[in-house]
Amino acid sequence: MGAGRLYAAVAAGGFRRYATYRVATAAGVFTNTVFGLILVYTYLALWEERPHLGGYDQAQAVTYVWLGQALLSTLAIGGGGVEDELMERIRTGDIAIDLYRPSDLQLWWLSADLGRALFQLLGRGMVPFGFGALFFPVALPADVITWAAFLGAVLLAMLVGFGIRFLVALSAFWLLDGTGVSQMAWLAGFFCSGMLLPLNVFPGTLGEVVRALPWSSLLQAPADVLLGQADPLGTYAFQGAWALALLAAGRLVQSAAARRVVVQGG
Amino acid sequence: MTDGDFVEPDRFIELDGVEKVFDVRRKTGFLRRERRQVRAVDSISFTVARGEMVGYIGPNGAGKSTTIKMLTGILTPSGGRLRVAGIDPSRERRRLAQRIGVVFGQRTTLWWDLPLIDSYRLVHRMYRVPDRRYRENLDRCVELLELADLLDVPVRQLSLGQRMRGDIAAALLHDPEVLYLDEPTIGLDVVSKAKVREFLRSLNADRGTTVLLTTHDLQDIEQLCSRVMVIDHGRLVYDGALAGLHEAGEGERTLVVDLEREVPPIEVPGARVTKVEGPRQWLAFPASASAAPLVARIAASYPLADLAVREPDIEAVIARMYAGEAEGAVS
Repeated sequence: MGAGRLYAAVAAGGFRRYATYRVATAAGVFTNTVFGLILVYTYLALWEERPHLGGYDQAQAVTYVWLGQALLSTLAIGGGGVEDELMERIRTGDIAIDLYRPSDLQLWWLSADLGRALFQLLGRGMVPFGFGALFFPVALPADVITWAAFLGAVLLAMLVGFGIRFLVALSAFWLLDGTGVSQMAWLAGFFCSGMLLPLNVFPGTLGEVVRALPWSSLLQAPADVLLGQADPLGTYAFQGAWALALLAAGRLVQSAAARRVVVQGG
Repeated sequence: MTDGDFVEPDRFIELDGVEKVFDVRRKTGFLRRERRQVRAVDSISFTVARGEMVGYIGPNGAGKSTTIKMLTGILTPSGGRLRVAGIDPSRERRRLAQRIGVVFGQRTTLWWDLPLIDSYRLVHRMYRVPDRRYRENLDRCVELLELADLLDVPVRQLSLGQRMRGDIAAALLHDPEVLYLDEPTIGLDVVSKAKVREFLRSLNADRGTTVLLTTHDLQDIEQLCSRVMVIDHGRLVYDGALAGLHEAGEGERTLVVDLEREVPPIEVPGARVTKVEGPRQWLAFPASASAAPLVARIAASYPLADLAVREPDIEAVIARMYAGEAEGAVS
């Protein structure tokens, strides 16, 4: 129980840290809204030409866009999660401080990232989503159960997203400068999560592959639950399996890193 | 507590032939790499008693921080035996963490974006400090380190001296038995240094906290530590009282002689003239020798007006010690 309180405090701290920067949040909200507008008109033109592309009707496609904007910063698909800081701490050697603490590195950063994600969802995600729902025809579920199922999928998406980004950050133990890896992960995440286009749209093998990759847990999976396109339990199983695999891999890499660690600097 | 935890109080920290060897790969050409081993710590042995306050000094790259990192368990020694409070640090890092506090002068354990008090609440949970003890310790630190007005200030807005005091408090809220301080006064102004030193002195006196202090500021050592260890090139080159450093470093005292008139440089056995300025001459003689016979001899053969004996400058002694070590390493 004591440990639970620690990680709850870390999560609360993660939430409050991001809440400190109100201007940055406002700027982010504005960016997400503009970005959403650009995408929504592109999608509308596309769905005008090809109705029911990827199994979505127009309203569903529009909903998908605004959901993407709500989850972009929440899941740090375009970067901006705790991994930047973690990587910087590894590079400068400040990680030494995290390592001698009587707490678990992965759980610590997971908690901090969940706190951050929750703030981003409430502070940065809700506004563009609300804006989209007000000014565009959207397809939202009427029943509470679907909404609850959707939130469950978002929570699992947060775990998967962190799992990927934690591994990316730990690469800094070996590479010192993880910028290249994080940019690759960022690009892969943008495309493979369905942030550019829903993954349902991709035909054939490419579609099969991207839908099986962990990134599809981030946006595609919660979106399909919200839009009633996927069975929640099946989605949970898929996301849960990836979350477990990635977090377990993170744990392995973490212990390998701790064993061979050369903490930078005096 | 297991039986293995029994610790003799005079061997609270114990190092026996501890080594740390790093593999360094160096590019020597296109795709060619050379592997080289660097001995950051080369067979160091010492013990620190419970309640001692020990200075650990040495030039940059001597192995001080590597030693501290091994003592906290974040680096595993390549060889030798190391125990802190009976615990092998690298094997039981978490358990040891409950009993040690660490302050790195150049890093912070505090949460940058949040008020100071938030970091303390986190420490409270992290070390599972009982509520009452947490409050007592916090009150004490706040009072002695003058933190009352800073608790609600985000850490990023604190000055270096304020942040340092904040970091020291954070390291002490769980009542550690040992405190490692890695350059705690680096970059601080005179007033802040004095505050930090005063606090450490009272911590050691009132609570009996064992303190291991690395620093480049010899005043820290002079004012706080009765014992000093000097490390250079990964080896312990001195371990003893601060006063004894003079002899170990082949320190010299200086006899400043004022004569009634200008004379050629004084010639006297056991001393040599280092400087002449009009009727005043400076003579160097070994710190271990007595000044009395020297004075008598000079007074007998020269028109002596006045004289003064200057103790060796501790910084000069240590600088000479490092230089001597470097020469020794080359030859």
